[in-house]
Amino acid sequence: MIEHVTRVAQSRFAGHRVWAIMLRHLYVMRTSWPRILEMAYWPTVQMLVWGFASQFFREHSSWVAQAGGVLIGAVLLWEVMFRANLGFSLSFLEEMWARNLGQLYLTPLRPHEHIAALTAMSLIRTTIGLTPPSLLAIALYSFNIYDLGLPLLAFFANLMIAGWCVGLFTAALVLRFGLGAESLAWVLIFGLAPISGIYYPISVLPEWVQAIAYALPPAYVFEGMRAVMFDHVFRWDLFGAALGLNALYFSAFVLFFLWMVRVAREKGLFLNMGE
Amino acid sequence: MTETPAILVTDLVKDYGDVRAVDGIGFTVAPGEVVGLLGGNGAGKTTTISMLLGLLLPTAGRIEVLGGDMTGGARFAVLPRMNFASPYVNLPYRLTVFQNLKVYGLLYGIKGIDARIRGLARDLDLEPFLKTPARKLSSGQKTRVTLAKALLNEPEVLLLDEPTASLDPDTGDFVRAYLETYARESGCAILLASHNMQEVERLCGRIMIMKRGRIHAEGSPADLARRFGRASLEEIFLDIARAPSEAAS
Repeated sequence: MIEHVTRVAQSRFAGHRVWAIMLRHLYVMRTSWPRILEMAYWPTVQMLVWGFASQFFREHSSWVAQAGGVLIGAVLLWEVMFRANLGFSLSFLEEMWARNLGQLYLTPLRPHEHIAALTAMSLIRTTIGLTPPSLLAIALYSFNIYDLGLPLLAFFANLMIAGWCVGLFTAALVLRFGLGAESLAWVLIFGLAPISGIYYPISVLPEWVQAIAYALPPAYVFEGMRAVMFDHVFRWDLFGAALGLNALYFSAFVLFFLWMVRVAREKGLFLNMGE
Repeated sequence: MTETPAILVTDLVKDYGDVRAVDGIGFTVAPGEVVGLLGGNGAGKTTTISMLLGLLLPTAGRIEVLGGDMTGGARFAVLPRMNFASPYVNLPYRLTVFQNLKVYGLLYGIKGIDARIRGLARDLDLEPFLKTPARKLSSGQKTRVTLAKALLNEPEVLLLDEPTASLDPDTGDFVRAYLETYARESGCAILLASHNMQEVERLCGRIMIMKRGRIHAEGSPADLARRFGRASLEEIFLDIARAPSEAAS
């Protein structure tokens, strides 16, 4: 008998199990260039559209003229959240499409390790997807988002976590309702766009919508981005609010996901994954 | 001292809404024992195996595998010591055989996984296919890969759901011979759900026949033949399947 298997496999959190799930997705990515192309394609198209729009608005809008890259910065940061969600959801959906989830959950893999692997894959997919457009923005529009410095890291981290929250919620629903809920992975996040203040300040929203916007982390991130770009200050209060809300929502959605794993075990959903 | 059973099932019930899929069954499987689980479609075999794996929570009853309660926190202590194979479950199609086995080997925390994979590939005649994507395998090759996956962690308890279904006679015989040798040499407890009566007679020392969620007959093949006055397991199976439920036992 392989004695060490038992000891290693019993630990509550094992890096090798997280790595196993990551490796499974990295193997797929390595053999599929369309997957890699897709990651960067849409963020690049979006950046190009908003880059040209910025050039136009810079001459016709005093607001944009104050900070020429504000729209490009906004679209790149929005893509961080969008890609973080998609990176998480797609990695989960790939197990569903392969009808492999049941197999995984009869190994010693724990649900929180699965979540850790999906967040790590999301980070990798987001980095691959956003590096080309961010570099193109420098070449085409002389806008270097990396000039934001450390605040960029704060925005990035908060938007990644916000994207994971949406991904966790979607994955939990797909686990419960099957691939019929798959389209949520693509569209759910767009419902947050109007109230996230991506391209405009939250103050332009009706008062009652502002209350909803400020209950969600992205509003604080995009307000914080504008504070850096227009006023050259990093608003710690906005950063703290985004971080606090993210911690709250992420914990809640992890619990929701774990609950859905439990429901799946009760209802036998792992045995019949599919549409 | 009494030996801890590899599998101990007590008063197991599973309801799906108003439908009772498993109806208060109980059985044990001793370490090293190979037990067959027979039954028609919908008899409750797969539901029982799924509960043994912890993939499905029972409505009532208790399941202990290697002394650990599979419905509670002990499940994660037991899972590294057991495994499962079925031709009906898929492995990621884009991954090669080696990649698939590597991923599962890592999940089980096996050290020296590459050597273990090569050893199993040699034993199961998979060496020529290690670099082949799973989608390009024939059903016989896929079954052997699934079996290799199930043996990666040298399980003490192995659950098999129709392991030779849809295989040609030669490949089916190869798999049965391998399982026979593995069970004898490793002392692994095997619970084998199958529709193949010859396979069950060859591999299993004891047989349980399920119908409508209950175990209707249990014993060695010879014992059952004597009790039912039949020459073959297939005849016994048909007797039970065609009899009204209350008269079957």
